[in-house]
Amino acid sequence: MAIVERPTIYEGSRIPSPIPTVLRTPPDLEDTEDVLRVNFGPNHPSMHGVLRLIVDLAGERVVGTEAVIGYLHTGFEKTMEQKTWWKAITYPERIDYVGFQNDELVFVLAIEKLLGLDVPPKATWMRMLLCELNRIHSHLVFLGTGALELGAISMFWYCFRERDLILDLFELVTGVRMHTRYFQTGGLAEDIPPGFYAEARTFCDWMPKAIDDYEHLIGRNEIWLERTQGVGLLSADDAIALGQSGPVLRASGVDWDLRKDQPYLAYDEVDFDIPVYANGDVYDRYRVRIDEMRQSVRIVEQCLDRLEEMKDEPWITDDRKVVLPPRHELHTSMESLIHHFKIVTEGYPVPEGEVYVAIESPRGEKGCYVVSDGGPRPWRVKFRAPSFVALEATATCMHDALVADLIAIVGSLDSVMGDTDR
Amino acid sequence: MTFESVPGVVERKEEHGETTLVVDPARLRDACLHLRDVEGFNFLADITPADYLGWGKRGVAGYYGTEQGRDLNAPSGLGASVASQAYARVPRPKTKRFSVNYHLLALRDGAPRVRVQVWIDDGEALESVVAVWPTADWHEREAWDMMGIRFTGHPNLRRILMEDDWEGHPLRKDYPIGGEPVRFSGEE
Repeated sequence: MAIVERPTIYEGSRIPSPIPTVLRTPPDLEDTEDVLRVNFGPNHPSMHGVLRLIVDLAGERVVGTEAVIGYLHTGFEKTMEQKTWWKAITYPERIDYVGFQNDELVFVLAIEKLLGLDVPPKATWMRMLLCELNRIHSHLVFLGTGALELGAISMFWYCFRERDLILDLFELVTGVRMHTRYFQTGGLAEDIPPGFYAEARTFCDWMPKAIDDYEHLIGRNEIWLERTQGVGLLSADDAIALGQSGPVLRASGVDWDLRKDQPYLAYDEVDFDIPVYANGDVYDRYRVRIDEMRQSVRIVEQCLDRLEEMKDEPWITDDRKVVLPPRHELHTSMESLIHHFKIVTEGYPVPEGEVYVAIESPRGEKGCYVVSDGGPRPWRVKFRAPSFVALEATATCMHDALVADLIAIVGSLDSVMGDTDR
Repeated sequence: MTFESVPGVVERKEEHGETTLVVDPARLRDACLHLRDVEGFNFLADITPADYLGWGKRGVAGYYGTEQGRDLNAPSGLGASVASQAYARVPRPKTKRFSVNYHLLALRDGAPRVRVQVWIDDGEALESVVAVWPTADWHEREAWDMMGIRFTGHPNLRRILMEDDWEGHPLRKDYPIGGEPVRFSGEE
């Protein structure tokens, strides 16, 4: 980790005390008629789903904030304890429904770590490719909705135009546009369909031009700059203390990305840069994500280069105790039929143990802690949700903010409420 | 890293390439301060409690509707169950009911990680680490809400995901599935 040398964002710490996540209204203002308590959300168009903020306003100034979450709590972790391992794979992608492919990956990696499975290289590279496409998808949703909330409506149409192209690619590979369940323990669920590489290349040629478009639209737009620069400050030390990760941390000048610092899949074999900005404001969080999209396109291109060389290689491991046998064998082989039946009805046992796997999701460190008792169902699954942690920083970022900044700040933390509430 | 000077370490485990330090619950805060200030673990990634009620036994956890209902969490292969493929052996017993896991990360080259694990029984409290890592605030609230782990010294230990007046702690193994009370029914 290196902290980029720039003028300090602010002196000391702004984390509220004693409760780090609640900005208290100053005692001299409390109970005066100058303070208006406003309930923002949970159903409000600019609250990114069902986040609720209790905001104390003195005029236009925000003097107190508290985030209230839980409106989208669905008990995924409890439900997953009731499912066999391979049925549970469908759940993580519904947790962070924007960064779905990365969530699926972290759970599958955790199962594979407990099982000690080796994954064929074709599957590894395809996983990386889809995760990077998904990162672009996630950042497009951030950019589109974030700009929409600040009044730049056209950004929304442009971003969702490219988002649709990505979802088309997902549909081509997996048959579904979101929540693909394409990653299987041991590899991929199916082989990569013909025609995908060409389509993906077309997208890679197009995407950098689209990013140029976005930057032309708002990059030098006076209103956009006024509303994002110097707003929602978060210093590097505060960001680390508050557990921030991903683009929020990198916008505060901390050069930290698990893809580089703790490489998983084959990220150590591709060439890409980590964008880092040092002003710690909403504008830099936007810049980091714009640059990350460009880097993701680079990674996708390198994945395509490698995948095209692996034409006839296996896409899933050959461990029949874990992986379903090929469909055609079920008609001719008794052994395959038994294995198929066992895996579908009982599930496969995963050795006793506990693991924590972390990856760099579009929102930061996505962790998965899994305990197995040696049976066919997870004993405990817990996701370290970057959106949950990001919202802990709202009170710190809200220092000296106006009510209009509040929208920009919450948008820039890029929380997905499904991920926050699980 | 040897972790020899960490206070209160009861056991050190190396599994799947991950280091776990089992720490005496009474010295949790000392151990955390030491890990942060001396060993440089400046980043608390996560706090995860796990409930081991019924670990390796039958008839405890996960029932639909009735308590006598089917037992989804008992691993097949134990007792009268017909499983042939699953569950080679009974899992190692746990000494206490809950484990609470603190996943720490040091933001420096090599990204070293360590898991601090404490074991407690129902009703025992842990010392809060909010003063060590402010991010622990919501993680500890979630642990209280979902598992009923109490943290002394936490400035704001309220429910976070469930409603304020919710009864019970949903991620405990003895919490019924599909059996929650209905607020309004036709009889009233």
